[in-house]
Amino acid sequence: MAQWGMTIDLDRCTGCEACVVACHAENNLPVVGEEQAANGRTHQWIRIERYWEGEFPNIRARFMPVMCQQCDAAPCEPVCPVNATYHTPEGLNAQVYNRCVGTRFCANNCPYTARYFTWFTPEWPSPLNEQLNPDVSIRTSGIMEKCTFCVQRIRRAEDTAKDEKRGVRDGEIQPACAQACPAKVITFGDMTDPESRVSKLAHSRRGYRLLEELGTRPRVVYLKEGDA
Amino acid sequence: MAQTPAPFHPSEAQINRDLLGPLFKTGPKYYAMLALLVAVTGMVFVAWFFQLKYGIGMAGKNRPSFWGLYITTFVFWIGISHAGTLISAILRVVQAEWRRPITRCAEAITTFALCTGSLFPIVHLGRAWLFYWMIPVPNSRYLWPNFQSPLMWDFIAINTYLTGSVTYLYLPMIPDMAVARDKATGWRKKMYRILALGWRGTEREWVRLEKAISIMALIIIPVAVSVHTIVSWDFAMTLMPMWRSTIFGPYFVVGAIFSGIAALLIAMVLIRKYFKLEHYLLPIHFDNLAKMLFAMSLLWFYFTFTEYLVTWYGNEAPEMPVFWSKISGRFAPLFWLMVVCNFVIPFPILAIKKLRTIPLIFVASTCILVGMWLERFLIIVPTLTHPYLPYNYGTYFPSLTEAAIASGTLGLFVLLYFLFAKFSPMISIWEIEEGYTVAKHSVESAHPASLGSTVDGDVHPAH
Repeated sequence: MAQWGMTIDLDRCTGCEACVVACHAENNLPVVGEEQAANGRTHQWIRIERYWEGEFPNIRARFMPVMCQQCDAAPCEPVCPVNATYHTPEGLNAQVYNRCVGTRFCANNCPYTARYFTWFTPEWPSPLNEQLNPDVSIRTSGIMEKCTFCVQRIRRAEDTAKDEKRGVRDGEIQPACAQACPAKVITFGDMTDPESRVSKLAHSRRGYRLLEELGTRPRVVYLKEGDA
Repeated sequence: MAQTPAPFHPSEAQINRDLLGPLFKTGPKYYAMLALLVAVTGMVFVAWFFQLKYGIGMAGKNRPSFWGLYITTFVFWIGISHAGTLISAILRVVQAEWRRPITRCAEAITTFALCTGSLFPIVHLGRAWLFYWMIPVPNSRYLWPNFQSPLMWDFIAINTYLTGSVTYLYLPMIPDMAVARDKATGWRKKMYRILALGWRGTEREWVRLEKAISIMALIIIPVAVSVHTIVSWDFAMTLMPMWRSTIFGPYFVVGAIFSGIAALLIAMVLIRKYFKLEHYLLPIHFDNLAKMLFAMSLLWFYFTFTEYLVTWYGNEAPEMPVFWSKISGRFAPLFWLMVVCNFVIPFPILAIKKLRTIPLIFVASTCILVGMWLERFLIIVPTLTHPYLPYNYGTYFPSLTEAAIASGTLGLFVLLYFLFAKFSPMISIWEIEEGYTVAKHSVESAHPASLGSTVDGDVHPAH
């Protein structure tokens, strides 16, 4: 069984946020408006973290796209009292919206702050409702959500491959963020296949995992800037 | 420590009159207070209604501060609940004679603080109407709740404690219910008759009651200690900076007993004043409890000092922003107010004998309640607003809805306590009478007659 993983090449990221927009469109993320955003209630399953280096005027911005790291030892999973978040056999950290009662304990225990809560029932005033993705459910208020690695695209590719009696090809699955990225920062694929692009990149000397020291064993590998 | 029998030697009829009085005499002041408390409690439910209607976003929480006032107040009330049962149980087990007028009002605090506190985990849910999904029974797909979750442990621990506390409150009430039954008329007589469980005051009943009470007292002590340890695990089991602390268990228990004794003292001052029980709640009771409070204040300070010293000494990158935000940053005013309320003000009042008067003990206890609430807040919010990745640092400010619900539960608690005082004597009648008998016997040191039968005859002469 495939074990899905991702690499993010920080050398390539320009911080354009195309991935953020693509994620909103693909995953039916609500846009909460200026006031709520100022209150820290945005929905961004993927976000570009921007850090400044140096003092003005010798200043440099560094960008780091962060989404759910799909940890193998995910701290969010054991703390949920109702099993709303669990690990799939393919190594995804899944969130079951219907099961969630909204204790928000999982979000508190995520070192990457990658989980987003639906504070109010989201609205898409007409005609915006026409652009909702039919493959992704709309979440009600009071539940937790987060990056799914575009699980709907994974399922579709797996189903197609099954119909055609073959395995999923490397590169056949692209999450929305990877597809939209003009600089090709994000690579997605099967970590267990030594020939896949993602596993080759993940084994590069530039590879590291975010907050590796916590022992969460994330599925996302960052490639630091510099020579390969 | 035997309570020196004051010159006040009331007859049994006098004790009944004094302690049962508040049950049957109801003045206009009572109704005014009742109306006020109902109004404050009503505010809680109106605010909650709007939160349910429009969404949990009505509370001021956000990312990364997913928890706030509700969990703060939850931990605070669970802490308060430690007053009663634990203190009363310890005093009963060691047979401290001066416990007699204290136990009932202490145990009632536990029960009602638990009722109030356990409202919060429900109020704070994103989908509060589904709270019963946490009850440990499998759902229609045979899926059990997750027993790995500290919230699940919380749910079980608090329910255990509530069940135990209610039992422990009720057992010593049975003989008093019988006294009330004999005094009451109409529907209240019927109610007390049911609650008295047919109590007649035979020797066998007394022996069994005493045995049941001592068993419950022993059982409830470890339960009480474990409950607040488990509440602390909501934090200590996580990965978060300044939450993942190994001393949180005892630290929370100490804080709980600390705020619990303070709440008990406040309740005792008010009961003494408004029910005119100066002859029953004597200065020595306040003095003894104040000494315990002093010891807890020192312990609390020691634990707090240790907690912050270890963090500072360890100097770990994710912890230091949380640490400095409390010591000198945005939360510093609240932090130092907490130290003043929990240590600087109570220390002289409780340490110096001249200052240990009832009004000043009241002041110190009030400060401690404020300080302990702040302590809970300062454990939760600074950590959440300073997560690992600094890009996600956030702020938190409670919303109006949230503040109304959290503060209004003080009204809910007082209301429950207030109604209880109308329903049951706030000082255990039979235990007081038993105390006078014990004192009389020890003074005369004549016949150390069997306690049970003496009391038996004393309390229920007529049926």
